[in-house]
Amino acid sequence: MSFVERIIGPRVCPAEQAKNNLRYGTPGFLILIARVLLLISLFMPYWHMDLHAPQYPDNLQLTAYLNHLDGDVVEIDGLNHYIGMRPLGEAAQIERQVGVYAMIGFVLLLEMVGFIHTRWAVLLVLPPLLFPAVFLIDLHLWMSHFGMNLDPDAPLSNSVDPFAPPILGTGLIGQFKTVAVPGVGLIMATAASFVLLLSLYFHRRAYKPLAQSEP
Amino acid sequence: MLKIPSVFWKRAALACLGGVVIGGQATAQSMNDVQKIAKERGLSTADLLAAAKTFTPSGMKDDYIIFSSGGHAGQVFVIGVPSMRLLRSIAVFTPEPWQGWGYGVGEEILAEGFVNGKENLWGDTHHPALSETNGDYDGQWLFINDKINARVAVIDLRDFETKQILKNPLTVSDHGGTFVTPNTEYVIEGAQYSVPWGADYAPISEYKEKYKGSITLWKFDRKKGRIDESKSFAIELPPYWHDIADAGKGISDGYIFLNSINTEMATGGIENNNPPFEAGVSRNATDYLHIIDWKKAEKVYKAGKVDQIKGFPVISLETAIAEGLLHVTPEPRSPHGVDVAPKGDFIVVSGKLDPHATVYSFEKIMKAIESKNFSGKDEFNVPILDFDSVLEAQVEVGLGPLHTQFGPDGYAYTSLFLDSAVARWTLGGSYGAGTPEPDWTLVHKTPVHYNVGHIGVAEGDTVSPDGKYLVSFNKWSVDRFFPTGPLLPQNFQLLDISGQGTEMPVIYDMPIGIGEPHYAQMIKADKLDPWTVYPEIGWDPLHQRLDPMAPRPKSERIERSGDTVEVFMTAVRSHFKPEHVVVKQGDRVVWRITNVERAVDATHGFAIPQYNINLSLEPGETAKVEFIADTPGSFPFYCSEFCSALHLEMIGYFLVEPNE
Repeated sequence: MSFVERIIGPRVCPAEQAKNNLRYGTPGFLILIARVLLLISLFMPYWHMDLHAPQYPDNLQLTAYLNHLDGDVVEIDGLNHYIGMRPLGEAAQIERQVGVYAMIGFVLLLEMVGFIHTRWAVLLVLPPLLFPAVFLIDLHLWMSHFGMNLDPDAPLSNSVDPFAPPILGTGLIGQFKTVAVPGVGLIMATAASFVLLLSLYFHRRAYKPLAQSEP
Repeated sequence: MLKIPSVFWKRAALACLGGVVIGGQATAQSMNDVQKIAKERGLSTADLLAAAKTFTPSGMKDDYIIFSSGGHAGQVFVIGVPSMRLLRSIAVFTPEPWQGWGYGVGEEILAEGFVNGKENLWGDTHHPALSETNGDYDGQWLFINDKINARVAVIDLRDFETKQILKNPLTVSDHGGTFVTPNTEYVIEGAQYSVPWGADYAPISEYKEKYKGSITLWKFDRKKGRIDESKSFAIELPPYWHDIADAGKGISDGYIFLNSINTEMATGGIENNNPPFEAGVSRNATDYLHIIDWKKAEKVYKAGKVDQIKGFPVISLETAIAEGLLHVTPEPRSPHGVDVAPKGDFIVVSGKLDPHATVYSFEKIMKAIESKNFSGKDEFNVPILDFDSVLEAQVEVGLGPLHTQFGPDGYAYTSLFLDSAVARWTLGGSYGAGTPEPDWTLVHKTPVHYNVGHIGVAEGDTVSPDGKYLVSFNKWSVDRFFPTGPLLPQNFQLLDISGQGTEMPVIYDMPIGIGEPHYAQMIKADKLDPWTVYPEIGWDPLHQRLDPMAPRPKSERIERSGDTVEVFMTAVRSHFKPEHVVVKQGDRVVWRITNVERAVDATHGFAIPQYNINLSLEPGETAKVEFIADTPGSFPFYCSEFCSALHLEMIGYFLVEPNE
């Protein structure tokens, strides 16, 4: 058995396939759902923060998409300059540049899962499956990096201690209460992760007996 | 059908009952407090009711907005109704430092209003006119006249700023303006005191020959947001003095109605034992209501049948008579207001010295013109329509009637200067069914404090008046407020006219301690849609477009070429950039500055001491000031509008090196 064959694993004969349509179809169907979820999430906000303060009766809003920031970025940057925080646009620049392509890449990888019947399929599923967690960790790292590294020469550098705003939930900085929630896109991507987990289970259930029965 | 268990209803009923009981207790408690305070402050139940109708808690907005003339403040005041809170003033003919008007911005517009090249920095605003579409306010533009110098200004209601001032080349004072035609085709400006063309010199003994009356039709170009002088024209009128005008609407669209006084052509001269003007001007029992067919006049103008006078096209009196576009009819002497009813069918004239509101029928006027039912001609051959044949009704409303406005239901309201009251009376004709009282009768008079001039009903001079509120613009306040020395404020009194019959109480007094307002218009607030920040950073409000030369973030710099220093500066909370501007004495400084903020209300000021400069830069706005750095020294320039916690730190140094 060649290396490639070993990775691809056992083939299913058409008769067997026809007999157990559901068994072999389920993992592929679940993966299709995950792919659709991920593709739609490209156009959805991944993360949202509301900043409440007395003089902003409509709150300030910050919304992160995979490839751009939206909302009151200029105003928030303007306020942040007082405490010496770098402009938000300087954070996660690479991530925002490659985010969409990476996601499209993940979706293409998932296409290949249908052809691989061994446990190697996990490798293809793992990147999109872990993506939501990676997104949040990356966001947290950037936020704390920015919050902890304030310009000591900023106008109000004496009055604000370095801080790491919570990336989910509420925080307090100056007169601002921050409320951060996951966006629809992140929720969809997380849902896709669970669907992918499920698909791995069904994938194994379908192909493991085949692999074991092979000589 | 969905079945809801009966236990649900029981619980719901109990919950409601609980709510009532708890609510009832709370109400009783607070009503006790209210009664206690009312007793302590001596407030009647009517006072409490008035308070409930007008009190506007923090954050609640007004239903209506008043645009009031500012009298000799030369401004426009914006006031909310029913709260009667002054929201802002709009600088027009007069420099106003808060808006930077005349201190760095608006100079070119103020200069448009200079007369014969002579600086002229005050105005006497009388009659604001909101732009109209199909006879209804559309909330886009506001026009206002300056009586003292016969000028008209255009205000853009996107940013509430003056965009144009026009000086009338023919005359020196105006009072019959501004009024707009139903689709704002023209802004009308009637001259007031007759003078020789262009206010040139002529002895008063040649009054009848040399002095001229006129009415000017300024063509408004909605797209450009400017009056187009090149498409405007005037009509010569007899040398009477002309008072207020109104444009016809509905069936009378195409006509202008204009009052006159001094048809006696008295020339005064009390010092030579002549009758003083006040007597000579009021001698005749009647003056003339002028009826002008402006659509016909427009054709005559377009056909080129005009004289060029002071560089301005004028339809001569002779041509106006020959073309049949000018008729007059007698009106009670010394009239003030002429007001066209909502459907355009009746024209109400008030003669100050006659207790009646005199109502003309437009239909009858048309018939009289067609059948040439003239009772004669005036001294200048203008045909006089027979008074009785055009009269619809006369309603005795009280003493000193001045101006009339209309409600939605068939009521008319007239200010009574001498009675110091506002009269409610009924219209007849197709309006009669709207009121319980008989047609053409006085219903009620509400005393106002004191000496009412104009009144303003919500959209009360449009084709669809709203009623609800009436503001009485009173000239005197006498004892209404704390006396602020011998100069007392005027009093804007709000009346609730939502009821019928005798029910129209005064519910609020608002002192106006800046200038002496005259007319004001009241528009439904939701018809206005002003910007809260300028559309883009680097906005030029004068031309309402992006200024390609506007300084922007990261392009701040100072450039010198020869003796000219150009500054490209930005302002943001809480710094200017650059902060050091160093020039040599005698340099010409061109200082451009942009407020790069996008937050609502993040306005920055920009003030340089000893150079008479103060700008108001609203979010996104860019401005340019030019001056010669003639005074050497060290000048901290600073933000003059409290912008942020570090506002005081928002400064820079302008250093002018002295010449050796």
